[in-house]
This record gives sequence, structure tokens and C-alpha cells, in this order.
Amino acid sequence: MTLAEQWVAFYTIVRKEIRRFLRIWMQTLLPPAITMSLYFVIFGALIGSRIGQMGGFTYMEFVVPGLIMMSVITNAYSNVVSSFFGAKFQRFVEEILVSPMSNNTVLWGFVIGGVARGLLVGLIVTMLSLFFTSLHIQHVGVTIGIVLMTSIMFSLAGFINAVFANNFDDVSIVPVFVLTPLTYLGGVFYSIDLLPDFWAGVSRLNPMLYIVNAFRYGVLGVSDVNVTTAFLMVGGFTVAAYAYCMYLLASGTRLRH
Amino acid sequence: MGIALQIKGLRKVYDNGFEALKGIDLEVKEGDFFALLGPNGAGKSTTIGIVSSLVKKSAGDVHIFGHSIQTDMAAAKREIGVVPQEFNFSNFETVWDIVVNQAGYYGLSRSIAGTRAEKYLKKLGLWDKRDVASRMLSGGMKRRLMIARALIHEPRLLILDEPTAGVDIELRRSMWEFLTEINRSGTTIILTTHYLEEAESLCRHIAIIDGGNIVENTSMKALLRQLQKEVFILDTRDVITPDIQIEGFDTRYVDDHMLELVLKKGSSLNEVFVALNEQGLVVTSMRNKANRLEELFVGLLATK
Ligand SMILES: Nc1ncnc2c1ncn2[C@@H]1O[C@H](COP(=O)(O)OP(=O)(O)OP(=O)(O)O)[C@@H](O)[C@H]1O
Ligand SMILES: [Mg+2]
Repeated sequence: MTLAEQWVAFYTIVRKEIRRFLRIWMQTLLPPAITMSLYFVIFGALIGSRIGQMGGFTYMEFVVPGLIMMSVITNAYSNVVSSFFGAKFQRFVEEILVSPMSNNTVLWGFVIGGVARGLLVGLIVTMLSLFFTSLHIQHVGVTIGIVLMTSIMFSLAGFINAVFANNFDDVSIVPVFVLTPLTYLGGVFYSIDLLPDFWAGVSRLNPMLYIVNAFRYGVLGVSDVNVTTAFLMVGGFTVAAYAYCMYLLASGTRLRH
Repeated sequence: MGIALQIKGLRKVYDNGFEALKGIDLEVKEGDFFALLGPNGAGKSTTIGIVSSLVKKSAGDVHIFGHSIQTDMAAAKREIGVVPQEFNFSNFETVWDIVVNQAGYYGLSRSIAGTRAEKYLKKLGLWDKRDVASRMLSGGMKRRLMIARALIHEPRLLILDEPTAGVDIELRRSMWEFLTEINRSGTTIILTTHYLEEAESLCRHIAIIDGGNIVENTSMKALLRQLQKEVFILDTRDVITPDIQIEGFDTRYVDDHMLELVLKKGSSLNEVFVALNEQGLVVTSMRNKANRLEELFVGLLATK
């Protein structure tokens, strides 16, 4: 296929992916909007004022970046895992497998679909947060860079999950049992400076900590960790996940018998 | 004429160790209408799966219009359209979206996709259903949807895995007409079927596969020529008795008004009627006992 044809194929997947999550907005866009609004009400209006300052900011200001990032992560991941697994489960992934488009086109089509949902939900949550606090983004480049890289990385991870998933339980295991707890423990709600040394050390093993803090650095200008380290780490994971996805597609693992 | 499909020494061992194809060779010429016949589990869908890249071959070679599926997969894929045995489209998408998106996967612009989608949906009687979610279609419509989808990039080789399974007789006839038409306009067609009548009326060449081996690969004419005998059933007006005999023919009494007759190749039906006349028996109707090809088929599978 020529480059122009690959582009058409890519665009076809992306368009289809976006239309899919817009069509089922009650399952894809509404839940994070509601959940995050509740967080804002509870932490902002109700108990946030009692907690006082965290890292030099009001508690509300402190938690908002982490909650936005959490929405981006789970939505990018969930979009690709459920869409690609659905295609595998109903077998219409075969429509794509028999076509001459390259593995890169297939992969990026799904990944950009996931990125689109991650960004859209991130935007919705950001807008909602403006009812509770004001945001003055300190480092626009860092903010955009980390959001993009993170949503790409988790879209790729969702793709891997979908390839191996055998049923719908396998699709929700990672978001529920891995992503959400790791994000909660990754400094969304507190600065790890508050933790005893041992637990602060353990927290540093959690990749989410770096992502949440890099984003917080972009928005608020403060971070518990080195932002360059965060970028290198996310970049490293992204490249590894990409390479693994390409290997899965090339070998036909779980996709071709 | 070129060669549309060339299969050499194709083997498939599934992950569970089952050998579904034991080294088959097959050649389908450009423009042919080819039948791949075989009982359940013979390896038909496995063969088609490998040709369309959904199944990984264990050994052997496949070329589609000269493009190897090993070294030139993208070019090979462009040449074929596959209508699989089982439905494999999204239940929630509309007929239109399914066909147009498939065009997109082949890199066709949306305007070309739209024109072609209209053409094929109309030809296959699905135009009225274009905005309907595919899950609301009847079984026969779903199958036609898969045919439209397979044709959207106008492949030179169309492969259909049991296209008329579960399709009513009228629709089957119109599907035959449609396939004959696109074959006439130059598309090579391979189909698998369990209806021998279908293979007989549509196909020029035929391969029979059984247990992962090709047991017969010939022209339909040559195959039918192999038929050495035909069995007829005669209904008589008058009562016949179990000891009825016609000299020179094998007969079998079925009931008081029914007689089975084996006619060897080259012998004359006239003689039968003369003999019956002499016995004072009047025949009111006569028909073939079963599909001739079916008997041949059963015979072939039994002997090989
Ligand atoms: N994924 C698989 N794993 C293991 N064995 C398989 C797999 N798919 C098919 N088989 C086996 O391979 C053999 C050939 O199957 P195939 O689907 O090619 O048959 P077929 O000729 O298409 O039959 P049918 O007329 O029933 O469609 C069967 O014995 C089947 O059980
Ligand atoms: Mg089959």
C-alpha cells in the first residue's frame, strides 16, 4: 500500500474508534465525569478545607492534576482494551487482519483512538475542576508532553491486554486491580514527603508516582520526583510497549491461529 | 491465462497438535469457478484461512496471482476477497459502515468506497437495509453483507466458505446468478459447499478434500463422466409384486407401486419400458433417486 492508502486505513480506524466511544458516551464519558465531580465536591468543598495546605497549595489545587491524570490513564487504557478485545471477541478484527494495511497502521489507529478518548475525558475533567478551583498551567510543554506520552503508553498497554484477554473479566482486571490502586498510591492524594522514609521509598517504585508528579509539575510547578526521570521512564515504557505490540502483531499471537 | 491460486505442499498443524492439512497441492486458474468439496472437518476452512492470512501455515507455499503470502503478503491480500463461514462483523455497526470501513482498510478513498458500496449493496439486495445495524439482519442478509464486504476492493479472486449455508432456495438461486455474473466479468471464484448440486451447476473445476488430503482434483465434466450408473425410481399405476424382474437390469421392489432401477452407463431406458409393457405395467412417473454427484462423492470418500 502507498503511504496515502495507509493514511486512509489509519484514518478509518481512528474515525471508527472515536465514533465508538462517542456513541456509547454513557459508558465512556459520563462515568469519569461523575466520579471526578464527586472527588472535587468531597475533597474540595467538604473535607479539603480541613486538610489545609499540601506542598504549598490548597488541597483542592493539589489533587486536581492527579485526578485529571488518573482519568486520562484509565480512559486511554480502557478504550483500546475494550475496543480491540470486542473486535477479537466478535471476530471482526478479521476485517482488519485480512486487509493489506501494515501492522503499524493497525496499532496506531487503535492507539490514537485511545489517546483521543484519554484527552477528551481529561479535558472534560479539567473543565469540571474549574468549577472548584482555578488552574494556572506553569509549564505548558511539560503538561502536554506528559499527557500525550502517558496516553500513548497506556493505549499500547491496553492493546497488549486485549491481545491476551480471553473474556470480559480479563479486560477489567488491570484497570480495577492495577491502574486504579497504583494511581491512588502514586501520590494523587498526598505528597510522598508526608510518608515515613520506608513507604516513601516503596512509593518511588510505583511508575504512577512519576506520571502524576510530572503532570503536577506541569500544572503547579512542584513535584516529588525529578521530572526528567519521569519523562525518561514513560518514554522507556512506551518504546518497550510499542516494540512488544509490534511483535505480537507480526507473530500473530492470539490473533491468527 | 494466469494462475489465481497456487498451493504447494501446504501443511497445517494446529497448536493442539492436530494435523488439519497434510501437504495439499492445488492450482486454480484465473477466471475459473472452482469448488472445494469435503465433509465436515476435512480442512476446507483451514485452507481458506491460510490463504487469507487468518491461519498460519506450518509448511508449504501459497501464491495468489504470483504473490507469495510469505514474502509479498500485502500484494497477495489485495487480490483476494474472502467470505468466511462464520459471521465476523460488528453487531452494532450499520451495513453501510461495515462495507465502507472495509474499503477504508484497503486504502480506498471515501468517495470511491461510497460509490462501490452503493453498487454492491444494491446488487445484493441490501440497499434498503444500509442504515440498519447488522445484528437486525436475517441470516441470509448477513451472508450477503459479507459478500458485499468481500467485493468492496474488487478483488480478482473471491473465496466463499459455504456461502449458501442457511440460505433459502430462492435466495440461493439469485446468489448463484450473481456469482455467475461476476465470474463472467472476470473474477475467479472458489467456493466450498456441502450442496453438490451447487458445485455441479456453478463450478467448472472441483477438488475434493478429506482428512486433510486432496482426494480428487479434476474438471466437473470429467468427474461426472466417472459416473457409471444411475438409479431411478419408477412409480407404477398397477400393483407390482416383490418378485418383479426386468431382464438385463438390476431392480428392487420398494412397495406396491414403486420400483428402483439401476441403469448402467450405455444401456437403454427404452428396453426397460418395453419390458414393463410386456408385463402390462404402466409407469406414471420417474425420477432420479438421489443426486448423482452425491453418490459419487460418497463413493470417492469410501474408496480413498
Ligand atoms: N483452531 C483450531 N485448533 C485446533 N484444531 C482446529 C482448529 N480449527 C480447526 N481445527 C480442526 O481442523 C480440522 C479441519 O477444520 P476445518 O474448519 O478446516 O474443516 P472444514 O473442512 O472447513 O469443515 P466444515 O465443513 O465443517 O466447515 C477439524 O478437525 C477441526 O477440528
Ligand atoms: Mg469450514
